[in-house]
Amino acid sequence: MRQEDVSQWVKDAQVAFDAATDLDSLKAARLAHAGDKAPISLASRTLGSLSPDKKASFGKIIGDAKAAIAQALSIATEKLEAERDKKVLLEEVVDITLPVNRRHRGGLHPISIIKNEVSDFFIEQGYAVAEGPELESGWLNFDALNIPADHPARTMQDTFFVEPVESGMVLRTHTSPVQIRTMLTQTPPIYVICPGRTFRADELDATHSPVFHQVEGLVVDKGITMAHLKGTLDNFARHMFGPDVTTRLRPSFFPFTEPSAEVDIFFNNRWIEWGGCGMVNPKVLQSCGIDTDLYSGFAFGMGLERTLMVRHGITDMHDIVEGDLRFTRQFGVGL
Amino acid sequence: MRAPLSWIKDFVDIPAKVSADEISDGLIRVGFEVEEIIYQGADLTGPLKFAKVLSIEELTEHKKPIRYVGLDCGEKETRYVICGATNFVVGDMVVAALPGAVLPGDFAISARETYGKTSNGMICSARELGISDEHSGIMVFSEADVKIGADAIEGLQINDVIFDVAVNPDRGYALSIRGIAREVAASLGLTFTDPVDALRLLKFSETGKGVSAKIEDKSSASVFYLRTMSNFDPKATTPLWMRRRIEKMGMRSISLVVDVTNYVMLELGQPLHAFDKSKIKGGLTVKRAGKVQKFVTLDGQERTLDPDDLMVCDDNQPLALAGTMGGLSSEITQTTTEIALEAVHFDPVCIAKNSRRHKLSSEASRRFERNVDPSLAEFASARFVQLLTEHSSAVHVATVVAGEPIYPAVVKIDPSYISKILGFEVSNADVARILRLVGCDVDEKSWTVDPPSWRADLVGVADFAEEVARLIGYDKIPSILPPRPLHASLTPTQKRRRAVATMLASRGLAEVQTFPFTNQETIDAMGFVGERASTYAIANPMSEEFPLMRVHLVPGLIEVAQRNISRGAKDFAIFEMGSIFRSAQKLVPAISPDLSKRPSQKVIEEIFASVPPQAYHVAGLLVGKVENENWQGKARTYSWHDAIEYAQDILALCNLEWSIKRSDFAPWHPGRCAELIVDGKAVAHAGEIHPRIIAKYGLPERSVAFAVGLSALPDSSLVRPTRVGTMPAALQDVALIVDEKVTAAEVQAALTEGAGDLLESISLFDRYDKIGEGKISLAFSLVFRAPDRTLTGEEVSAMREAATSVAAKKCGAVVRTA
Repeated sequence: MRQEDVSQWVKDAQVAFDAATDLDSLKAARLAHAGDKAPISLASRTLGSLSPDKKASFGKIIGDAKAAIAQALSIATEKLEAERDKKVLLEEVVDITLPVNRRHRGGLHPISIIKNEVSDFFIEQGYAVAEGPELESGWLNFDALNIPADHPARTMQDTFFVEPVESGMVLRTHTSPVQIRTMLTQTPPIYVICPGRTFRADELDATHSPVFHQVEGLVVDKGITMAHLKGTLDNFARHMFGPDVTTRLRPSFFPFTEPSAEVDIFFNNRWIEWGGCGMVNPKVLQSCGIDTDLYSGFAFGMGLERTLMVRHGITDMHDIVEGDLRFTRQFGVGL
Repeated sequence: MRAPLSWIKDFVDIPAKVSADEISDGLIRVGFEVEEIIYQGADLTGPLKFAKVLSIEELTEHKKPIRYVGLDCGEKETRYVICGATNFVVGDMVVAALPGAVLPGDFAISARETYGKTSNGMICSARELGISDEHSGIMVFSEADVKIGADAIEGLQINDVIFDVAVNPDRGYALSIRGIAREVAASLGLTFTDPVDALRLLKFSETGKGVSAKIEDKSSASVFYLRTMSNFDPKATTPLWMRRRIEKMGMRSISLVVDVTNYVMLELGQPLHAFDKSKIKGGLTVKRAGKVQKFVTLDGQERTLDPDDLMVCDDNQPLALAGTMGGLSSEITQTTTEIALEAVHFDPVCIAKNSRRHKLSSEASRRFERNVDPSLAEFASARFVQLLTEHSSAVHVATVVAGEPIYPAVVKIDPSYISKILGFEVSNADVARILRLVGCDVDEKSWTVDPPSWRADLVGVADFAEEVARLIGYDKIPSILPPRPLHASLTPTQKRRRAVATMLASRGLAEVQTFPFTNQETIDAMGFVGERASTYAIANPMSEEFPLMRVHLVPGLIEVAQRNISRGAKDFAIFEMGSIFRSAQKLVPAISPDLSKRPSQKVIEEIFASVPPQAYHVAGLLVGKVENENWQGKARTYSWHDAIEYAQDILALCNLEWSIKRSDFAPWHPGRCAELIVDGKAVAHAGEIHPRIIAKYGLPERSVAFAVGLSALPDSSLVRPTRVGTMPAALQDVALIVDEKVTAAEVQAALTEGAGDLLESISLFDRYDKIGEGKISLAFSLVFRAPDRTLTGEEVSAMREAATSVAAKKCGAVVRTA
């Protein structure tokens, strides 16, 4: 074995690798010049039989040569792979504009979306979300809210009664019984909202539905004033309708609040009635055992359908209640 | 409640520069929603004249009656016009629109040729003039009322602004011009003249003996004024101005006596009832009907009285359904000459019950239910006598009074509460000023407040706070956020519901919300029986079609699917979340504890327990193809296992473990329904819908559904994860032959049990059912892993054999050899 031979092998390998035009011919060149039967490999195997000092000198020569061949191979491989990739990937081109719409598009009902949105907004303000049954005790739905039997206020809400009528059981006409349940089971400070399904015997038309949704809010704490109510509604309205919306309180009547108000919003250049509100009537607080010398509270309530219709410009209630997928899917999951 | 500006001006000095919009805004500001401002006469221009009918020529050759009428319009020549109405005779006075006039609806009047004649104007009906809906004929007057050739726009007081005001139930006093005028004055800072002040001064001389008056039950009425009048000439007619005011209020003129009762009611708010005195036997008493009996009201309807109905009776029989409607037998007729006028302050609840029991809401009952000023029994009846004697020959005979008015109680208030509750500073002087403005007497030393007779709603300091706030203006209330707790979050249940909905929605299901009503036919068609079929009935359903509360979510989903299919949808998946209402609990008679204080804990719990539990479910319905078909090719149809997978996904999302078994459960296919069991309780069902239901509702064949009882799911417990093993896993496949009746779940459970603790996972990777002889082959992949070492071949084989031997013992499984 001579050093010149080894140098020649390295040269031969480099020439062969450079001459390879694709990865297949490179493979053949690799087997010939770096494979088990390549001269460098055969020479390497004879090293064991050499004397120690020769072993050291030849070992280094062969090691260097192997490294040189490996490097040449690596350069050639990289070059040919890049050429191959460039060519093949071009050949593999597809029309990525083909419609890919296999999966069904789902979505949340817009009422769920707005309910989630309202809940999240109030949770961030420290309010809990309280819920209650839809088939509800008349005492909780009316009496405890200072709506006595035979008072005109009771006929303001066309109630669905459940048989037997003596049970006093009704389909709740508002989510206010949840407020009463909250005040009967918790002690102030109370900060809750009560979203949920409510019922009134109204025919279904473009703006009414016998089954609809409300969200009510209730705060009972020390020193709560009507200014806090106004502040909360302003904040809520801005969240729902954008920073430019303004609100207006108008005196009104609800048996469970005193003073009472309607809250209007100025949206899309007109005043729109949004909901009802007021300071919790001391009679209601007393029925729930809350000390009115210590605590006061406010409450408000609005229709979710109405909020949705106003905000999104929905003109017909039928779209909300019919469950047509073409309507619902437009809302996604509300994010 | 309507309120014409011209009438309001009787009691409020309104400067001409104050616009209708300002008055409307003023009313809204103090709590009276103005639903409409009607500008009467705004779209009407003259000439509009009163004219006398001189001649009538009937033109008979036309399909309908047509008259050619000669009119004296105060002009030199007789004016001839064509008229299609027939409710007038020669000598009557009518309203004629002359050429050049424009009637509402941009209807220009000109001389024109019609029916072969020249028509030089038009005789008008009230509707054509836009002053009422009356169009049964033209307007007819007597010559005593109007002057030939006079301007009818002026004469009929057509030009007016009418406010249609929504009056809240706590403000009965505003169901009168007196009440509305008071609010207009208070809101705009104008001077109000109370018409009652003048009536206080009226004195009538006694000329005979009047009909006696009595109140049997003091809780049903406080005071009863009964004024007897005689010498009434039934030919007397209502003056035109009064008739017009009544019409502007949306009512009709009937006869002078009835019109005066209505006029006074509209003006002051006190309903009155006039009886034909000759029909009264003995005296009048306010009392209960006492027994079931028939009674015919003024509207001609025979009603069956409830013993508890409050009536006005003579010595023999009931004559009026108190505060609601008079009786036919004693009504004022064209021969009435003697009148007994009733003015009572009735208890609001008694009248509300009368009205409700007979489904009869009248102008009178609406006012009494909302409480009438108790002082008005005296003054309104005096106003009646005043007006009737002014406009007829009637004379006052005598006035009999029973009982006395009960006025609102004097209240002691703490004026500082008002600033405290409103959130801004109101001085004591302002509180006193405003309370005086609404009619209270205020003693600023002791802060005792005496509310006016018409404000029985002012009882607590909060009521006075509202008065102060509304008259200062709600717009003065500052906007401040309350102090608030630092933290809140959704409850675990709420989070879980939201996560389930979001998961389903993001996996291609669209959420729907249906009305929770159903009917027996649907319940039967679904195959629900027993407890699953029993529900609550609505006493007054929207329609007889859906009188029951739903017992399951799938029927509603089917209805929505049908609707979508009918609109062209084919392949889709929908879901709903909501309550169902199975009547596991019998409803008990309501408890109504006293409201003056918190009920006892026992009573509260009883009330809560009286409300039946309402399970909260989620259900889905999947129809047609699993995917949309497109250029990529066909898609497979939804199958029973898709439904089961969704049900399992929901349980998995809730971090629960479950077992599964086949179930024969409505509304599913008895052979293709899975029951999912958590903690020994069936919590979900899923599979193919029963083919009978599919056929009945026209759903695509093999539609599938799932339903999960979310409220029945246990809370998920805190996760305590095992360490993730990093030693190599050993894979073992086993193929087992079992009887086809053996379920995969049973075999898997047996293998799992036998394989021991080092089994990391197991999955069925093949099922072959073409072996024959009632056998199938199930092939499972088992993964074993030890936490601390590489398992040896011997160990793994031993575990595999332990697994198959349990499967052999429990399921008769035979290891399949290749």
